[in-house]
Amino acid sequence: MAKFKAKKQNIAIDMTPMVDLAFLLITFFMLTVKFRAPEAVEVQLPSSIADTPLPAQDILVISVSRDGRIFFGVDSKHTRLAILDKIRERYGYEFDEQEKKIFSVLPEIGVPFEQLKSYLSFGELERKAIDKKVSIPVDSANNQLKQWILFARYSNPRIRIAIRADEQAPYPVIARIIETLKEQKVHRFNLITTLEAKPKS
Amino acid sequence: MAAEVGGDSGAPKKGKKKGKARKSKKRPRIDMTPMVDLGFLLLTFFVLTTTMSTPNTMPVVVPPKIEKNEEVEPPKISEGKVITLLVGRGKIYYYTGIEKPELRITDFSRSGIRKVLLERRAEVEDRYGKGEMIVIIKMMDEAQYKDFVDILDEMAVVEQKKYALVNITPEEVALVEDYKKST
Repeated sequence: MAKFKAKKQNIAIDMTPMVDLAFLLITFFMLTVKFRAPEAVEVQLPSSIADTPLPAQDILVISVSRDGRIFFGVDSKHTRLAILDKIRERYGYEFDEQEKKIFSVLPEIGVPFEQLKSYLSFGELERKAIDKKVSIPVDSANNQLKQWILFARYSNPRIRIAIRADEQAPYPVIARIIETLKEQKVHRFNLITTLEAKPKS
Repeated sequence: MAAEVGGDSGAPKKGKKKGKARKSKKRPRIDMTPMVDLGFLLLTFFVLTTTMSTPNTMPVVVPPKIEKNEEVEPPKISEGKVITLLVGRGKIYYYTGIEKPELRITDFSRSGIRKVLLERRAEVEDRYGKGEMIVIIKMMDEAQYKDFVDILDEMAVVEQKKYALVNITPEEVALVEDYKKST
């Protein structure tokens, strides 16, 4: 049998359309991607089959770290400033423009009210270091989380509450938070989870 | 102006042929492979980051707290319809009925709690009819948040609509302690 001699000539493929398409898609994804804001606490979310996406607006997030520390966050700058104003009214702490500015961009906060002013006067690195060891008090004698939620709901009545806790967070802390929510007649809230495949039955 | 430019470009071409070195007419080929590589790398990156940053939520409804001055009778439920789950870390103690509970243990695997719930439901539905089973969930202090999400998830998986989150009683804590000692 005679062997066919393969042609040695290189076949040049015009890649231009492919490159065009690739860059078009890159541009699309770059524009649509929403980077998550840096969070004060790192949380490993548990997975569930719940597939309702988290609403992007009017949301109050209570974060719980792995070691059970509690943080509070709201999504909009406007609400944050309104909350700060409520804190000033209620507790009499005065905040200057610089402190207000810093507070308005903080995604999450975990310091008790007494430390808030000094916390806001620190630089970013110091604040990060503080975030590693503080928590909002939730004991029945000094339930500051309750105050935070109250202020947030005054500032934005449409706000919805979500709990974003680490999968290894101890349950008693979660129970305290749920209890706090109940005290304020919040009986409907959300747990933030990642998606898991639904088991086939 | 436009006509002049056109004339300009036309004329020297002929001149070129005669005098100056002829430029090769072939278009230079640019190897686009690295660019494509880079393009797709970035594409992959953005695709992955966009899908990963969409967290989902699980709605939870808890019963209202009964005020101390309120006189509310706790709802009465038939013993035969109930299954009580005491959720610990990674495992679930459960019993049926109310009087003289006999504690058993299971876990979150497919053949664990799901099977228990489905069997109990079949039992209850035989006697009382469809959708009559009531699950009472009591979280123990040793439990982690994951256990809480998992058990609520399990309710969604088996489509159990009637369930209640109730605080654990000291008797039940003692029951679990006894169970742990005996095994």
